[in-house]
Amino acid sequence: MGLNIVVLAKQVPDTRNVGKDAMKEDGTVNRAALPAIFNPEDKNALEQALRLKDRYEGSTVRVLTMGPARAAEIIRESMYRGADGGALLSGREFAGADTLATSYALSCAIKKFGKVDIIVCGRQAIDGDTAQVGPQVAEKLGLPQVTYAEEIVAVEAGQVTVKRRLEKGTELVKAPYPIVITVNGSAAECRSRNAKRVMRFKRAVVPSELNGAEPKYPEVFGRDKALCIDEWGVADIDTKIELLGLSGSPTKVKGIESVSFQAKESKRMTDSDEDIDSLMKELITKNIIG
Amino acid sequence: MDNIIVYLEMEGTTVADVSLELLTKGRKLATQIGCKLEAVAAAADLSKVDAQVFPYGVDTLYKAEDKRLSPYTTLPHSSLLVNLFKEIKPQIALMGATSTGRDLGPRVSSALFSGLTADCTSLEIGDYTDNKSGKEYKGLLYQIRPAFGGNIVATIVNPEHRPQMATVREGVMKKEIVDEAYKGEVVNLDVNKYIPETDYVVSVIDRQMESGKNNLKSSPIIVAGGYGVGSKENFDLLYEFAKELHAEVGASRAAVDAGWVDHDRQIGQTGVTVRPKLYIACGISGQIQHLAGMQESGIIISVNTDPDAPINAVADYVINGSVETVVPKLMKYFKKNSK
Repeated sequence: MGLNIVVLAKQVPDTRNVGKDAMKEDGTVNRAALPAIFNPEDKNALEQALRLKDRYEGSTVRVLTMGPARAAEIIRESMYRGADGGALLSGREFAGADTLATSYALSCAIKKFGKVDIIVCGRQAIDGDTAQVGPQVAEKLGLPQVTYAEEIVAVEAGQVTVKRRLEKGTELVKAPYPIVITVNGSAAECRSRNAKRVMRFKRAVVPSELNGAEPKYPEVFGRDKALCIDEWGVADIDTKIELLGLSGSPTKVKGIESVSFQAKESKRMTDSDEDIDSLMKELITKNIIG
Repeated sequence: MDNIIVYLEMEGTTVADVSLELLTKGRKLATQIGCKLEAVAAAADLSKVDAQVFPYGVDTLYKAEDKRLSPYTTLPHSSLLVNLFKEIKPQIALMGATSTGRDLGPRVSSALFSGLTADCTSLEIGDYTDNKSGKEYKGLLYQIRPAFGGNIVATIVNPEHRPQMATVREGVMKKEIVDEAYKGEVVNLDVNKYIPETDYVVSVIDRQMESGKNNLKSSPIIVAGGYGVGSKENFDLLYEFAKELHAEVGASRAAVDAGWVDHDRQIGQTGVTVRPKLYIACGISGQIQHLAGMQESGIIISVNTDPDAPINAVADYVINGSVETVVPKLMKYFKKNSK
């Protein structure tokens, strides 16, 4: 039983390690100062997909990402770990999309893969933390969804069994596929790169990475099919253009402010016994503790 | 039409705290814009819901009672909301940013093509002028949320589409009864009219819920640790100190990511929001995403080796020193002085 699996993955700025230069003076984000990484929970999702591929012979894992040409790195990284390939969805028509317009674009692109059994993605991306794209893709495709998955336990007889990790416990659910599954960070970590696959696929590119002139690997591009990562623009997918990008986004950003907190006048002290003794006395006298 | 509706998340026959918090906020917004506050609940047994929610000022309570609606599964609950919203056309719909609300909200917003903002930290009413068209909108819902790992705060609006949807995390809004005697109307929905049979395809075959593993949200004192605690073993110091103070232990995202503490103890934008009487931050640098979840604490003590740690700016007392040195001393002098 071979499964056709599609992983949705996003290249994101690493918001967890934000330095002092991450914000510009006008309060907007200085994207250039933040390294671009594979969204962590999408990597957990990739691992779940690869495990299914290991378990069910004849399965394929393809990765779909939306972004500029450099986001093809996500597909290469996935191929190093065992994915068969994927596609980059790229174009300025997609820019400025909120989660709904993003989900619409992704759902149109997923249809281009043909018959898909399981779509997996991370629960949420660290640049937005919304957790909306997975369920919205499911709705757009008219499929059921299982969110907050920790493990895809089994796939049999047209049903998937999934363990979910919720705030207050776990749930085991059974659902028919095709289905969309979003994976938590608590799921198994993604396997590391396979050296042989790195050697083979590091040359895989999307056409725009060749940048027109002077193709880096002209001898292979177009000949070795595995090294050609698909790149789809708006013309390649069946879509209503008014539902993409800014015009397809019901939410608008009214304003952005950098965060500032009211600084208090704090009492400074050392770690000496005298200082800590007097602090404790003060807190006890004021009935804050004790 | 044009009312505010809150989706009531059910834990058995009990309405979740986050839903009551949203009713409190919803009541204020409804009064401000002059509309009704409505609520919708879906579960196997809703007999005890009326008494729980009317004191929060609910004008209309929609009830969908069917044993197939508990425990929560996505499709039936979203069909219910989608079809109900099409009929009653609310202007604002709110739900908790829980694993249920964050599963349900996006699905409903996608089906209705209405915008949804996740994890709002504040909701206000205000006007908006579209820069491109110059069109003015009165009385929109400002959905205010941190973005980019908490480094910025964005105000989001949905000018053209209804309902304006938002999710809010538990503990962010305060819950407050407006009137014990408040009486609203109950509308019992014909479940089969709203939910097609084909929606009951996902089955929950096992559920293991651990109720209230920790008491972080309501604890008056919290001892929280960050990356500066240094190790899982050093966290034991904090547990020991917390036990002395009858406090709970919390943590920053960095300490949780390092695997020293369980995720359910994480305080901050992507964790729990707390307002204890006393917050003792041990080895926490104070990234904005953490400050967002504890800045309203009564008294804040920061223990840090870095005198310029951002958290010191919001602290009432700053102790310059390492966690290993300071925490045992705090414990020692607490014991000595409290006798």
